[in-house]
Amino acid sequence: MSKLQIEKTRCKGCGYCIEVCPKKALSFSGEISDQGYDTVKVDDALCIQCGACYRVCPDYVFEII
Amino acid sequence: MAEKVLMKGNEALAEAALRAGSRFYSGYPITPQTEILEYLSTRMAEVGGFFVQAESELCGINMVFGAAAAGARAFTTSSGPGYSLKQEGISYLAANDLPAVIIDVMRIGSGLGDIFMGQGDYWQLTRGGGHGDYRTIVLAPNSVQENVETVQLAFDLAEKYLHPVIIASDAGIGQMMEPVELPDFKDHDINKFDWAVRGCKEDEPMRACQNIYYAKHSTDYPEYLTKKYNDIEENEQRWESYQVEDAEVVLVAYGSSSRVAKDTVDTAREQGFKLGLIRPITLWPFPKKAFAEAKAAKAFCTVEVNILGQMVDDVKLATEGKFPVGFAGNFFAIPDPDEIIATAKALLK
Amino acid sequence: MAEVRLPKRIMNSGGWCQGCGHGVVVRLIAEVLDELGVADKAIAVEDVACGSMSMSGVLNCDAIMAAHGRPIPVANGAKGARPDSIVYAHLGDGSAYSIGSAELVHTALRGDNMTVIVVNNTVYGMTGGQMAPTTLPAEKTASSPKGKDADRYGVLNVVDLIGKLNATYIARGEIYDVASTAKTKAMIKKAFQNQIDNKGFSLVEVLAPCPTNLHMTPVQCKEFVHTEATKFFPLGEFVDK
Repeated sequence: MSKLQIEKTRCKGCGYCIEVCPKKALSFSGEISDQGYDTVKVDDALCIQCGACYRVCPDYVFEII
Repeated sequence: MAEKVLMKGNEALAEAALRAGSRFYSGYPITPQTEILEYLSTRMAEVGGFFVQAESELCGINMVFGAAAAGARAFTTSSGPGYSLKQEGISYLAANDLPAVIIDVMRIGSGLGDIFMGQGDYWQLTRGGGHGDYRTIVLAPNSVQENVETVQLAFDLAEKYLHPVIIASDAGIGQMMEPVELPDFKDHDINKFDWAVRGCKEDEPMRACQNIYYAKHSTDYPEYLTKKYNDIEENEQRWESYQVEDAEVVLVAYGSSSRVAKDTVDTAREQGFKLGLIRPITLWPFPKKAFAEAKAAKAFCTVEVNILGQMVDDVKLATEGKFPVGFAGNFFAIPDPDEIIATAKALLK
Repeated sequence: MAEVRLPKRIMNSGGWCQGCGHGVVVRLIAEVLDELGVADKAIAVEDVACGSMSMSGVLNCDAIMAAHGRPIPVANGAKGARPDSIVYAHLGDGSAYSIGSAELVHTALRGDNMTVIVVNNTVYGMTGGQMAPTTLPAEKTASSPKGKDADRYGVLNVVDLIGKLNATYIARGEIYDVASTAKTKAMIKKAFQNQIDNKGFSLVEVLAPCPTNLHMTPVQCKEFVHTEATKFFPLGEFVDK
């Protein structure tokens, strides 16, 4: 069973993924990265692994593996 | 067997570049170098190379930059005003450690100047010309035959030091016809340097052609660069000496004016006046070593086709300011021997 | 669901600002090069400005950093030296349409066989958000703080500039959402396929957000590009020979 992987160290907290997620599975985590950004988190129960977040993310945070 | 043919200087330069293995040229018309562009417009295809008449000198030099980064023996040509436009690209070539050859068939004057035979670009040629910490190796042939030999040398030096090399020709050498022995064709292997971009496999590290300061040297960049320039200065000074050892006054001249200067030495000696000639073949590095031969010299005199005597400062530096340095120059033509002799004699008073 | 993996040539995220569009464009290029099977012979030519950060540990692809405004002739030179390679220039709107406009025009006029990807975010990014030929009327920038005087400076649309020359393909896409990003990717793919097929000059302009210099949040900036920039820079394929 594949799962959405999040590379939090790359996340700059732009929020594009949150905007496009059709299931509202993504949200800000409140966890601040070393770069100083609020990073995203996923609710796996809601995620349908559609890949929308991967496609709009400028920082290569997401993969579905 | 080498061929001997009668050729115009500019065309001989072009043909020699092809024989040195160059298969990439991009240039723009400007008098008095245009014959190079014209010659290559048909000749390059015959040898299977890439020719393009660029929309500007900026484009011409930047195409050369791309070709050099890809490993080609690439060259471009221009004259005075167009050579100024190429400075951006030459600075980038130097900063990226890229070999390339740029030919400046000089004319006279700043701004437009004029299209006549001249040596108007010495300062720009020998001081770098563009922005930043760099100079270029500058070779100054004085005959059609030397044009041909210089092109091969220019590419070899460019690759030896990974650096742009300039050939400082002039309208005189470029436009004259002389018999010339053309060298045989040499092949250039575009893959001879591993740094040349060509595409990398997925699991191979990429090749990045960028400012060498960013690419390879951060803290040791000053040492790296200083060593490079010191090596060139130490190893690559080239000159021809003529009757220098016992000369009272030594003329210093390159390119077209050196031909008249050499005749002037003979004329002066017939009159009992001991002149000599140092002919820099490299304008940078300036052949400082040549001046040690001038053991009897009381003064030096440059012979140039410009107004301000652009080489005078370099002769003063080479002689450590110990001798008067004169200038026999003319904006409109090479000074004639009588004029040069008079200027040289006046230095002894 | 099927796996979704980054192209192997993407090594890491880049040093771009939060919400910058360059990252998506570079990923699309990497995907296309893989899908077309030409990544092994690809040469990227980057402008010294923001796009060139793809050379810093982001995209594992042979690359040249060209002077500002000169990626197109530099790419041309690399392609001329290695005709079998796949060469693309990746540059911004200031580079392509202002300082490098002569080179763009004449490369399109000659129809040289290469691929050009222009990221249009309506400002000069690297220098801190100054007015560009693509800045919209009344858009505030660091050098037009009261808003761009379009009567004086105009707005440059690349299709007007080179649309009637000898380009094989000119298209404009955006990276607003999943659907528009997919369309843009298809454009980029066609621009590379044309080069593979020796069909000539292809240019894809990608409208992209520059939140830092437009002084907006990333999401606001993306909306601005989608709703305002597209009024002056409509999306579509304008030349497709």
